[in-house]
Amino acid sequence: MHPILTLVVQRLALGILLLIAASALIFGLTEILPGDAAQAILGQAATEENLANLRAEMGLDRPALTRYFEWLGGILTGDMGNALTNKLPIADQIGKRMSYTLFLSFWAALISVPLAILLGLIAVRYQNRWPDKLISGVTLASISLPEFMIAYILVFFFAVKLFWAPSFANISPGMPLLEQLHAISLPVAVLTLVVLAHMMRMTRAAILNVMQSAYIETAELKGLTTFTVIYRHAFPNAIAPIVTVVMLNLAYLVVGVVVVEVVFAYPGMGQYLVDAVVKRDVPVVLACGVIFAAVYIVLNIIADLVSILANPRLRHPK
Amino acid sequence: MSEQPLLKVRGLKIGATVYPPGEKPHNIKIVHGVDFDLQPGKVLGLIGESGAGKSTIGLASMAYGRGGVELTGGEVWVNGRDILQASLGDIRKLRGGEVTYVSQSAAASFNPAKQIMEQVTEAAIRQGKFAKKEAELRAVELFRKLGLPDPENIGKRYPHQVSGGQLQRCMTALALCPQPDLVVFDEPTTALDVTTQIDVLAAIKEAIRDTGVAALYITHDLAVVAQVSDHIMVLRHGNMVEYGDTDQIINAPKEEYTQALVSVRSITHEEKAPTDSPLLRAENITARYKGTNFDVLHDVSMDLSPGQTLAVVGESGSGKSTMARVITGLLPPRDGKLTFDGRTLTPDQPSRSIEDLRELQMIYQMADVAMNPRQTVGTIIGRPLEFYFGLKGAEKRQRTIALLDEIELGEEFIDRYPAELSGGQKQRVCIARALAAKPKLIICDEVTSALDPLVADGILKLLLRLQAAEDVAYIFITHDLATVKAIADSIAVMYQGRVVRYGPKSEVLSPPFDDYTDLLLSSVPEMRLGWLEHVLATRKMESAGN
Repeated sequence: MHPILTLVVQRLALGILLLIAASALIFGLTEILPGDAAQAILGQAATEENLANLRAEMGLDRPALTRYFEWLGGILTGDMGNALTNKLPIADQIGKRMSYTLFLSFWAALISVPLAILLGLIAVRYQNRWPDKLISGVTLASISLPEFMIAYILVFFFAVKLFWAPSFANISPGMPLLEQLHAISLPVAVLTLVVLAHMMRMTRAAILNVMQSAYIETAELKGLTTFTVIYRHAFPNAIAPIVTVVMLNLAYLVVGVVVVEVVFAYPGMGQYLVDAVVKRDVPVVLACGVIFAAVYIVLNIIADLVSILANPRLRHPK
Repeated sequence: MSEQPLLKVRGLKIGATVYPPGEKPHNIKIVHGVDFDLQPGKVLGLIGESGAGKSTIGLASMAYGRGGVELTGGEVWVNGRDILQASLGDIRKLRGGEVTYVSQSAAASFNPAKQIMEQVTEAAIRQGKFAKKEAELRAVELFRKLGLPDPENIGKRYPHQVSGGQLQRCMTALALCPQPDLVVFDEPTTALDVTTQIDVLAAIKEAIRDTGVAALYITHDLAVVAQVSDHIMVLRHGNMVEYGDTDQIINAPKEEYTQALVSVRSITHEEKAPTDSPLLRAENITARYKGTNFDVLHDVSMDLSPGQTLAVVGESGSGKSTMARVITGLLPPRDGKLTFDGRTLTPDQPSRSIEDLRELQMIYQMADVAMNPRQTVGTIIGRPLEFYFGLKGAEKRQRTIALLDEIELGEEFIDRYPAELSGGQKQRVCIARALAAKPKLIICDEVTSALDPLVADGILKLLLRLQAAEDVAYIFITHDLATVKAIADSIAVMYQGRVVRYGPKSEVLSPPFDDYTDLLLSSVPEMRLGWLEHVLATRKMESAGN
């Protein structure tokens, strides 16, 4: 078997194992929380008898392990159960919410990833000169501010003062794309500012590291311009660390949008999760947790695979 | 000399900013005003020890300063214009167009992420000298001329897919592809095995002749430079010591320093006959590394008499360093037996007695990584004194000073850190550390390979003197046959994990030879004109005869 194939299969198997472990962890954590779904539905005033009845009805009196495997089996077949509060199937809800979140993350990624890499390249080209310092300063400042703070600052200027963008990211399925984009412009801007610094700094560091290599001197002695040396000779050798940090940030864009969605009242996964936590809707929290874990793991596997593929020694064995 | 020189250097001064530990950064001077001319199509050898400024001068002909190096003064004229005054755009046209560069380590100088062809043709295409198709045809032609296998397709490979010697030839092709006027060869064969070096050297020489290109050939090896250059310039501490045509420098050097360089390896050592009871006996050692499925040592046997030197010679991959790992117990063998001073050595190091550990010491090639940079010389040498003999305080200090004396460094070195020592001094400290244990055997693994010839000579003389004084035996692992001739009593020649020739020095180095030893011996550059042609002609005749 080609060594790359072996590595790919290994990573995939590892990912599946990891996902199962994560699901067990999430399930276990919700188990040890005080109170359960029955308690949440009936409220503090419920009698022991009522609770016991409801638990028997919902199957909560059976051993945790049995319930875990039932739940896991359900998820594997696409059945995530029903929400406690409105009795609607969770899978339908998540499908709808996820598509909103992905829409937001997609545009944030589309802007932030190329921008971060370009800024990283420029920072290397003008290392320790004012463009480098400016880029580092601005991106570090934006990552140092809490995201709700950035969100409110942007809302203050662009929504309240200038009326350029709405302060609430209200979108609905029937809206034309341009209107949708206009609606999410501020949350996209916030997310971009939050993830930009990390990716840009990593790009800069990874390329600077490669710039120490002897083959960079060879390229310079070919009379190539500095920027050609950076993107043709340094960048291809810095792909692995850059992709890793890009994927981590993509995962953050999907999973970490909670705050931003709440600030902009955006109907995505984050909002859904926060609502469920408030209402103690444990099955929904569980489902969201597993989905988020899956996103993280999948993106990290992709990062691993790209790093492997970026290594010419593995792609072209002797 | 009516012809205009291709390269005219006048009063070239080069400096650099250094950042020594614990001191303020300051400027140092590397080259203090050097003048020379190079005519079109001629080869000038720049020779000197490390720190002589030869690479720096070579790169100055491309207006390039490595790291913090700055060209601070003088003129460098290439094709009639002073490139130190040229604009950055003009310098870019010069680099990779008129002047190209071949580095010491092609393995590090090729971009691992790109195919060889792309890298070889890049400068020619970017400089607008050739279109892509033409450049590739030219590259294939150069691959063929340089004797690379499968010249049509080798360009499609990645650097890690070809051997070190082949990559060094690819680097030469890279330099010649844009049809430059001048190529700077910076130690192009130094990192290669001696049998590979001769082929690459021949390929480079032929390519220079066929293309009519001029060259600066930088090396510390006078025997190598004698084969390729028309003139030689000897450099020391950034100054020119002597300049002359190759014949004069080799056969009639005027300056004392040049004479020392020419006559280096003047050590004579009386061979001692093996005694009846060997100090170390290795019998039928077979070994492999963990996680691999092939043996790197096959049935290796050798003896070493007390107070004598056994040289283990071979090229990279021959298994000579692996043998050292087996003897020290770092790599337990799969099969075979080690006897030391009449007792059997256990195969793995942790199970050996403290006496076994003490009597068997080791010195490494890289002295600077073999010492803890945060310990002083006194701590480094004092450690074995404390560990093996329990010496403390004044007693330990006294013994440390005595040892420093023995390695010809004074008491004032006791509080210095490794970073404050030169390469030769570092290796001397490592020798003192090994000696501190009062060992019966010291394994010296390429201990002079990283050193300049004159410094290496001093180390070898020291080792011989210590052997006579302390009656210590050496296993001398090296690829350098000149070293072997200088100090060995017996020799084991290794090739692909096997001992192909073994015995007293005089026997091993006298004909009739086996094929490999013959190849090895005849590949060592000799300091006379025409040696290269002579060897190649002899080989051609032999292979025609077969």
